[in-house]
Amino acid sequence: MTFETMRHTEQTAEELAEGVRLRRRKKLTNLAIDIFLLSVSVLMLLPLVLLVANAFKTPAEMLAWPPTIVPGDPTLDNFKAVLSETPLLRWIGNSIAFAVMSTIAIVATSAIAGYVFGKFRFATMNVLFALFLATAIVPFEVYMIPLYFQAKSLGILNSVWGLLLGYLVMSFGIFLIRQNVIHSIPDELLEAARIDGAGEFWIFFRIVLPLLRGALGALAVLAFFQAWTAFAWPMIVTTTRSSYTIEVGLALFQTGFTVDLGRLSAASATVLIPSILLFVILRRNFVQGVASTGLKE
Amino acid sequence: MLKRKRFFFAILAILPTLAIFAYVRLYPIADTLRLSLFQWNILSKNKPFIGLANFRELLGDHLFLDALINTTIIAFGVLVLTIPMAMIIAAMLFHRTRSRMAGFYETAVFIPHVVSLVPAAMAWKWIFDARLGPLNALLDFIGIPMQNWLFDPVLSVICIIVLCSWQALGYAVLIYLVGFKNLPVSLYEAAKLDGASGPQSFWHLSIPMLKPITLYVSVVTLVSGFNVYAQAFVLASDAQGAPGRQVRVLVLDMLENSFRNYRVGYAASEAVVLLVIVLGLTLIQFSMLRERGKS
Repeated sequence: MTFETMRHTEQTAEELAEGVRLRRRKKLTNLAIDIFLLSVSVLMLLPLVLLVANAFKTPAEMLAWPPTIVPGDPTLDNFKAVLSETPLLRWIGNSIAFAVMSTIAIVATSAIAGYVFGKFRFATMNVLFALFLATAIVPFEVYMIPLYFQAKSLGILNSVWGLLLGYLVMSFGIFLIRQNVIHSIPDELLEAARIDGAGEFWIFFRIVLPLLRGALGALAVLAFFQAWTAFAWPMIVTTTRSSYTIEVGLALFQTGFTVDLGRLSAASATVLIPSILLFVILRRNFVQGVASTGLKE
Repeated sequence: MLKRKRFFFAILAILPTLAIFAYVRLYPIADTLRLSLFQWNILSKNKPFIGLANFRELLGDHLFLDALINTTIIAFGVLVLTIPMAMIIAAMLFHRTRSRMAGFYETAVFIPHVVSLVPAAMAWKWIFDARLGPLNALLDFIGIPMQNWLFDPVLSVICIIVLCSWQALGYAVLIYLVGFKNLPVSLYEAAKLDGASGPQSFWHLSIPMLKPITLYVSVVTLVSGFNVYAQAFVLASDAQGAPGRQVRVLVLDMLENSFRNYRVGYAASEAVVLLVIVLGLTLIQFSMLRERGKS
């Protein structure tokens, strides 16, 4: 700041006026950008905000134009109706169990495989890693029908285990951990531990895992949301009302003829509010994880 | 000796993951390819090999072709809407990185990407609803005739594109934002000294330099567009209330063939078509990246 004022004292009045004009223009540009970004943000959030608002509205208010953001006469009737008509809490419980177990499986398999692929560069390992990478681009939808028959022959349809079968490994997770192992765990550290007589398992659990905490956290959040929002696989694996995940339960509930908007909104809000809260809390982890997907090249 | 011991550990450590991976990924992928060449009706015991007959039948299957066309339109529609918007929003966000509101903007744009698909689709179903929805109420308010959004064959495809773009936007913005942060600052300073305005350096510097990111985001968006299912399932129920029938998409057609018509081999051949499309898109991305590297 002092540097700038010093320079300004040597400038002519004309140049000074020019500087003021430029700064004002910059401020105006920033204001315009803020207005643009603010309207984009509001537009992005509006559908969800209105949905949550609808959940607390009476049928009459839901039809009002313009739609109200804060219900004039808030009611919990919609929630009561939904909870008595559907096993909503059961569905949420199924989804949570599925997502937590899938997260644990993905974090465990990715941590081990990522470490081995990152630090044990034997020819065999490189071939295996290429295999993992090559199948990463195959969408789940391509092979889920044969996988369904595998689940069927294991007798785990309509259970959390059946859901889990499709979400045990994540190629991207292995890739992410491998990148982190290569960049943040120096070979010298591992060699030093080996010279001190540490076993390979001890090294993995006591040295490698603690160093990977950040990356594993990001991966865990990604894995959790991936399972939480899964749709096609739960749709074919679960066919009994008590085994639905929340996504399947809601999707089938909304096809009913007698279902009104208030109850649908209430059911949706029950799912949305906790997942949005969870996301806001874990945002940094999530952004870190997703952002690293774009760094492949 | 030591090397041998380490190799032994590596094999031992990778084995469980590899076994799971082979069982839940490699085997079903191979099985999809194999089944696509067979005629398999779930109920019957024998499974005759019929070569490429399934694929030949697909060429004349109106439901499948319908699904393929709809899915392609949706995938490219989402791409065309998402990429330019994401680039502009990311540029603006990058410009305002240091503002106190940056965190809020980022979260707001990203939330639709992470919330559960079905509740989010439900919000849009209400918005587009012909009788109860605010969109028609708004149109009526400003004097435009109301539309039957979710039951008109063309409009309902547009509705699905809007919903998918709304969800895809946050991801694309985030990846672009990483791209902007990795661009060399010096170049922009040089451009500024030469008198380039903000929009000018966006057009002549950012867009060409972000080409690898654009390629990547485009392929990811297209691939997830070709896998669209939940959005069509919720938004596009037909007049009888059958979910997803109004706008038939590939995954829906595949699942119906497999679980409603019990034609698993035929459904597998549809899955192979989906795989070929995805592989093709990925190959295009890689070859375009390599071309860039050469020049």
